[in-house]
Amino acid sequence: MTAETSKHLFGSGHTACAGCGQAIAARLVVDVTGKNTIIANNTGCLEVFSTKYPESAWGVPWIHSLFENAAAVASGVEAALKYLGTKDKITVISQAGDGGTADIGLQALSGMWERGHDILSVCYDNEAYMNTGIQRSGLTPFDTNTSTTPIGSQSAGNPRPKKPMPEIAVAHGLVYVATASVGYPRDIENKVKKAVSIKGPKYIQIHVPCPLGWRHDPQITYDIGKLAVETGLYPLIEYEYGKLTGVRKLSKIKPVEEYLKFQGRFKHILSSPEQIKQIQAIADSNIERYGLKVESVSAPQDKEAGPL
Amino acid sequence: MFGPIISKAITTRANKTGSWRVDSKPKFLQKDCIACKMCVLICPEACVTGEGKNTYICDYEFCKGCGNCAAICPKKDIIMVKEETQ
Ligand SMILES: Cc1ncc(C[n+]2csc(CCOP(=O)(O)OP(=O)(O)O)c2C)c(N)n1
Ligand code: SF4
Ligand code: SF4
Ligand SMILES: [Mg+2]
Repeated sequence: MTAETSKHLFGSGHTACAGCGQAIAARLVVDVTGKNTIIANNTGCLEVFSTKYPESAWGVPWIHSLFENAAAVASGVEAALKYLGTKDKITVISQAGDGGTADIGLQALSGMWERGHDILSVCYDNEAYMNTGIQRSGLTPFDTNTSTTPIGSQSAGNPRPKKPMPEIAVAHGLVYVATASVGYPRDIENKVKKAVSIKGPKYIQIHVPCPLGWRHDPQITYDIGKLAVETGLYPLIEYEYGKLTGVRKLSKIKPVEEYLKFQGRFKHILSSPEQIKQIQAIADSNIERYGLKVESVSAPQDKEAGPL
Repeated sequence: MFGPIISKAITTRANKTGSWRVDSKPKFLQKDCIACKMCVLICPEACVTGEGKNTYICDYEFCKGCGNCAAICPKKDIIMVKEETQ
């Protein structure tokens, strides 16, 4: 296979860790939006592992400027395309990790959303600042052991729950907001397809397991992604024009230990029934809030084309 | 450095990341494949190709041996084998 015959717009030879969830999701996104795409990327693992100078893994125009300003760069690109009269033919993406999205890049992102640019924002949520050594972000889950929320006699890990980014996006009046996961690759494709079919600002947050930061076997990236959804800890939801329009229902909801037990970042919790209870309560509140449980046997189940 | 730094498309292919594999690599059995393409969708290295049943294969020049293709295959038609054997 040569670069010419490969159909992917995100190519081989990048330097992500083996089993990196973000490398899976980034390829799925750009392969759906196609060659008429321009991407602005915040700093983070994806930026670093895909563009080790003088190389690039990207098959589309791709711009990196700073950690916090991809949304501002994308806004300028979109405005320029509008001026040139070519915006309708080109998809503009502003993408970042969870730190780049929910913390340091939030100001530029909020401005981009509020101004109503026709841009797709993608957040690759690996739940910490991975590229600089696993520091806690606003999207790190409760009780996670990170380098800035280490466990010890006074600490059970990250003391705060995940920042509600999808709801923050909805509050900006976005036309489309969704969560997705590398545990459901076809679902990522469908949501990206749907997002780019709607004009206006949209946001997709994709759960991307990180073998290095979560301390799990690289072979189970896919399974870990699925388990987060199946336990109710990472609900897959869709909002269109502010209304909750899609929820991936689950026929069998697994206890949170099933997800936690494979990850070193949660190892300290497994021996503490009290902490497991607190995390189960987070899952239970998601299950209740989004109606994740299949109510009757005839209702559609958590099926996607493929091995689920 | 001043001004933009520009790289050519998909030039990362200069990095033969297959050398990163430590002990195992996938073997595509090509026996029970139903062409669901899940291995193509999941591979973080974008190195699985094929078209139709029992044709899927990966490029060992780039495969890092992560094993997710084997994990996702619904027919268990991809297995991880020790690096020395074929
Ligand atoms: C202004 C600024 N502050 C800090 C950094 C250092 N830095 C580079 S990448 C990164 C972490 C990125 O985290 P995230 O956005 O979650 O992406 P990930 O690496 O986890 O994919 C940090 C802190 C920087 N490049 N610029
Ligand atoms: S640290 Fe995590 S996100 Fe970064 S390249 Fe490795 S697996 Fe991917
Ligand atoms: S082992 Fe990993 S890198 Fe190799 S072909 Fe399978 S999914 Fe791709
Ligand atoms: Mg991150």
